[in-house]
Amino acid sequence: MSDTGSSNGKPKKAPVHPSGDDRYVALDRTMKHLHNEKDALLEVLHSAQETFGYLSEELLFYISNHLHLPLSQVYGVATFYHLFTFEPQGKHSCIICTGTACHVKGSAAIVEEMSALLDVPVGKTTEDGLFSLTTARCLGCCGLAPVAVINGEIKGKATPETIASAVGRILTGERVAQDQEEAG
Amino acid sequence: MSREKLDQIAEQERARQSQFDKRVHCCVSTACLSAGAGSTIQALRDSVEAAPAGDKVEVVQTGCMGLCSRGPLVRVQEKSGEEVHYADVDSECAEELIAKTVSWDQGDEKPPELSPELKTVRERLETARKKRSLKKHVLSPDLPFFTKQFKVVLRDVGYVDPEKLEDYLAHGGYQALHKVLTEMSPEQVCDEMLGSGLRGRGGAGFPTGLKWNFVRREESNVKYVVVNGDEGDPGAYMDRTVMEDNPHQVLEGMMIAAYAVGANHGYFYIRAEYPIAVGRIRGAIRAARRRGILGKSVMGTDFSYSADVRIGAGAFVCGEETALIHSIEGKRGVPRMRPPYPSTSGLWGKPTLINNVETLANVPAIIKNGAEWYAQIGTEKSKGTKVFALAGQLTNTGLIEVPMGITLQEIVYEIGGDVPGDAEFKAAQTGGPSGGCIPNTHMDTPVDYESLQELDSIMGSGGLVIIDSTTSMPEFARFFMDFCVDESCGKCVPCRVGTVQIRTLLDKIIDGRGEPEDLDKLDALCKLVSSVSLCGLGQSAPNPVLSTLRFFRHEYEALIPCSA
Repeated sequence: MSDTGSSNGKPKKAPVHPSGDDRYVALDRTMKHLHNEKDALLEVLHSAQETFGYLSEELLFYISNHLHLPLSQVYGVATFYHLFTFEPQGKHSCIICTGTACHVKGSAAIVEEMSALLDVPVGKTTEDGLFSLTTARCLGCCGLAPVAVINGEIKGKATPETIASAVGRILTGERVAQDQEEAG
Repeated sequence: MSREKLDQIAEQERARQSQFDKRVHCCVSTACLSAGAGSTIQALRDSVEAAPAGDKVEVVQTGCMGLCSRGPLVRVQEKSGEEVHYADVDSECAEELIAKTVSWDQGDEKPPELSPELKTVRERLETARKKRSLKKHVLSPDLPFFTKQFKVVLRDVGYVDPEKLEDYLAHGGYQALHKVLTEMSPEQVCDEMLGSGLRGRGGAGFPTGLKWNFVRREESNVKYVVVNGDEGDPGAYMDRTVMEDNPHQVLEGMMIAAYAVGANHGYFYIRAEYPIAVGRIRGAIRAARRRGILGKSVMGTDFSYSADVRIGAGAFVCGEETALIHSIEGKRGVPRMRPPYPSTSGLWGKPTLINNVETLANVPAIIKNGAEWYAQIGTEKSKGTKVFALAGQLTNTGLIEVPMGITLQEIVYEIGGDVPGDAEFKAAQTGGPSGGCIPNTHMDTPVDYESLQELDSIMGSGGLVIIDSTTSMPEFARFFMDFCVDESCGKCVPCRVGTVQIRTLLDKIIDGRGEPEDLDKLDALCKLVSSVSLCGLGQSAPNPVLSTLRFFRHEYEALIPCSA
């Protein structure tokens, strides 16, 4: 998302944004596009999270300044909605649907198994930053319940075993890559 | 763009489609995609390219065909309109399907040069011709799953390409809008809605025509229309399907509503969890703008209209209309006291019409076929059809549309094909966390707003989850209460504190620490919370507990140690 590298392959220029982080350029653009309207706060927060991955305190402060909104209001809105997160997310994600249909078909067992396997509570990221484990209210694939989404790929008719093996494969891949890096 | 121009585009598209002897529809909606529809449609396309006379067959990506549990689904449509449905179509089956669909009789024509990859596909097709496994994939049109349904909202879903305005036009799209703009006054449109008996499909069932009239009668130079696509009930995905699979239908309904109430701008409020729906609606708005269907002079008339998309951020309460308004205004999505209702003071204090996606998706068909036609479907007080997301412990799960008044019996045993295995059908849960559980002893209940309410449940937005004998009802009630505790916005005390107290009591009972008087306490607390909460969330949050207490009290009693 950064504007540092120019398109003709020249070496990177110095950051354009005064903060030194050019991801703010994209955020500025969104705010400008929305006429710096206070009413557009939700859109701005969406764009910020998309660009930065999560909403840091610094980022909320920046938005509050830019839109001339009290920080309390920005923080209040951001924390009200479940979608916004205030911690960096893991490299990989595992979302388990806990909607009604999935619940009836045993999603709780999958959540338990994954939480144990990754050694992390729901809603958190593993210490090494590799995996974020979250649950969703309903992914709308009730015909295939129970459902999990691993790195954006939907796995229908899931069992604790199939999800554990899918996550296990990713973890093994990461370990192999790590070993190679250390060796090479 | 004028009507004539649009007719011309529709005609061109129909002519283009009629060049093909057969059209192969492949469902690429979320459920089928996760069952592998991506490779199915690729195999279909490759096979058509490699097969002889493949240019006589068109492969079309479409939306949901309904029977999600048997995906990926494919339909072969003949020129005559005849069609065959195929279930569980993997790429191998797709090749066999094309091999048997195309004509291998080429006469003297020399086969075209094929790339090496396509040559291997062609070889596979030649062997696939002799296979005999296709039969078991065919879904009989006599299946109750198909025959028991009646489609108004979903009529074109699964037939049109959602990313192609031309295809929607070819299916008669935007004719209703044109009729309204050129032949009817706003008052007549509202009367038509009143006459049809259409009621809000978001759950509460308020007569749509009345709501439109309220907004129409307001004196204001600025009014808004909002499409409520914040479908938050777990187990419900009807609105997502319509937005994803036929976005223009919703846009057309919204524009007819806007003309009727005198609004020139509107918003789609869509859950962030539905990125495909957001993309498709945005695409539909762009396409309509390009063709002059949206903009300063809609279809050459003096009606002007623009539409925008606003994305939610994961708050269940935002389905409530005043909370939704706050959310569009960039605030915390908390509800407020009504009155004033949004019809007098909504978005930025202006009169605002808020309708659910499915409600608006009904509108074009009502205008086209007339109020009388619509009013003859369904029961006396609940007209028309309802789309349900049928899920849970059933053989056939997926998306269905049935006439109001159909019995639960027909839905579960005939359309749903009964509970698989040895387990027994125990209850049907309607209305998500705001609804209740209807026990198997009440199977002859007709599905309409009033009958469901009498059973402490609600029609809701359309989630219908079937539970078998393996599910414990007190635990199921706690599952919904957990949801409400999480989603309570915290503004009013009865909901914020009450839901937590209800859950604490449920925890106590389920953990085996319950006392005999706890059940009455639970009942009283539930009634209190539902009578004094500020908005629909709190008022309906106790429903799952109340209905299970009413019909499955023995399960609660069995958990209390000294009550026996």
